[in-house]
Amino acid sequence: MSRSTAVTVEGVRKRFGDTDALAGVDLKVEEGEVLGMLGPNGAGKTTLVRVLATLLPPDSGTATIFGRDVIKDADVVRRSIGLTGQYAAVDELLTGRENLRMFGELFHLSGREARRRSDELLERFDLAEAADRNAKTYSGGMRRRLDLASSLLIRPRLLFLDEPTTGLDPRSRNAIWEIIRELVNEGTTLLLTTQYLEEADVLADRIAVIDHGTIIAEGTGDELKDQVGGQVVDIVLSDPGEAEQARAAVPAAEFAGNNRSLRVAIDAEDALSVVSQVADALSRAGVGVRDLGLRRPTLDDVFLQLTGDAVPGDDDEVTADMEISA
Amino acid sequence: MSSSTSPAAHPSARLDDPVAPVTRLQRSYWQARDTWTVTKRNLRHFVRQPRLLVFSTIQPIMFVVLFSSVFGGVAGDALPGDLSYIDFLLPGLFIQSAAFRSTQTAVGLAEDLERGVVDRFRSMPMSRSAVLAGRTLADLTRSLAIVLLMIVVGYLIGFRFTEGVLSAIGAILIVGLFGYLMSWLFCWLALLVPGAEAAQTAGFVIIFPLVFASSIFVPLETMPSWLAPIAAQSPLTHAADAARALSVGGDALGPALLTIAWCGGLLAFVVPMAVRRYRRIT
Repeated sequence: MSRSTAVTVEGVRKRFGDTDALAGVDLKVEEGEVLGMLGPNGAGKTTLVRVLATLLPPDSGTATIFGRDVIKDADVVRRSIGLTGQYAAVDELLTGRENLRMFGELFHLSGREARRRSDELLERFDLAEAADRNAKTYSGGMRRRLDLASSLLIRPRLLFLDEPTTGLDPRSRNAIWEIIRELVNEGTTLLLTTQYLEEADVLADRIAVIDHGTIIAEGTGDELKDQVGGQVVDIVLSDPGEAEQARAAVPAAEFAGNNRSLRVAIDAEDALSVVSQVADALSRAGVGVRDLGLRRPTLDDVFLQLTGDAVPGDDDEVTADMEISA
Repeated sequence: MSSSTSPAAHPSARLDDPVAPVTRLQRSYWQARDTWTVTKRNLRHFVRQPRLLVFSTIQPIMFVVLFSSVFGGVAGDALPGDLSYIDFLLPGLFIQSAAFRSTQTAVGLAEDLERGVVDRFRSMPMSRSAVLAGRTLADLTRSLAIVLLMIVVGYLIGFRFTEGVLSAIGAILIVGLFGYLMSWLFCWLALLVPGAEAAQTAGFVIIFPLVFASSIFVPLETMPSWLAPIAAQSPLTHAADAARALSVGGDALGPALLTIAWCGGLLAFVVPMAVRRYRRIT
């Protein structure tokens, strides 16, 4: 069977009151691909997932899953998707085993098949010991694993993972990542939303950056990093009060996230000479420097540059300065 | 995390999936099975919430004992013939308790909607009506269990069925039908008014006057002249009269037919409306 397009989104808009949750989204995901949808809180990630999972009709535009419309053919679409949300939609008053059996029966497996699959998944997701305890007593990581297992009673052709690791400790996060990698190896198409750049970088083949309800960049992690440029020289000042002095001494420097960090974008070839020039200029100007180094941009930088407003709690004035309109 | 399961071992769902319901018969089968699955889930909820379980058992017992003791003296005089107040009261209390408990249907559904488990249900290829049908059926089961409990308590303080076993079963069926209608009404309400507390408040405001403006607690003849004719038209009066006549004697056919007509007619309207609303919620 030839590969087909798993997800096609064309001009999808959704408005809640005065806010455009989705302001015209276009997107394609090929079968077998892992797309990371990266964006800050409120960017529209969950809204898009809800539209694609047939839970929310868009105001305009079309969305299809394997060629079937999410509104008109919702019943058909529902047989090919799995959805795992950030809130872990499991039944707290049922045990892990009862949850899985219930969802298995509702996926129209036979009673026997539902039991067999449930036991298999409990084993695989390291929940066998807790299988007969109420899900209410589960830790955050266990709930998330149960939630993920609930989506896998039938093998979905396309799986939505809406912020699967938000709020988890690193150990639980790694366990979820491990499961996601196995699913990818088995060929499941994945649409993963996350606010964690690392997560998108590690898991996704391709990343779509979403902000204010539109997709503002798309590409592989490397492609996106290249958009920001080659290497950079990062400078951290000892005293934020000397920021203006530093910028006067090194006109090419821009603020990076806060008012004591500056960054100079450079071409790879003359990296060393730029580092020494920057160092010279700063020491001649008498600016105290805590840290100065050469580094390759991270997805953080991409994100910051694209959204202009990435890291919560930053000084608004500074980030506004470096906003790059999309 | 073992990776012992090969992809080939998974039952795979595909767009041309053979389990996709095709015929009307298959669709009805899945609808019934999905409803049963959701019913089981909701019945488990009852027994896993001890506080709710205790409260919902103690409350009807308390009502039977308190109402019959407190109002027995006053109301007893207004009763026809040698009917004792507990005989008059208990069938009415079946209806009262079914009406009050239907607010729990709204609360349970509202809680589900808030929890997000309904999101998962809605993203699955299950029957659209099963979430509501499963909830109302579980509530009906609980309602009938509580009626049986009230009968036991009633027997301890002097209540007796006088019309035979079949009529007694008929009385219980009338109560079940009425309770089932109320459950669906409150399902619909919970879908229209978001939030568990809102559902409870709205339920109380609607149910309380309806219960008292009916023949549940006292004969209509004792009511003021402006209220009696209104109460006479109430479906709660019909249901209470029917349950009472089937339990302890009197004209059962008229009120029973009226109750069946009311409940049947309203169910035919409310069930599709609630299901339609459920499909549209976001």
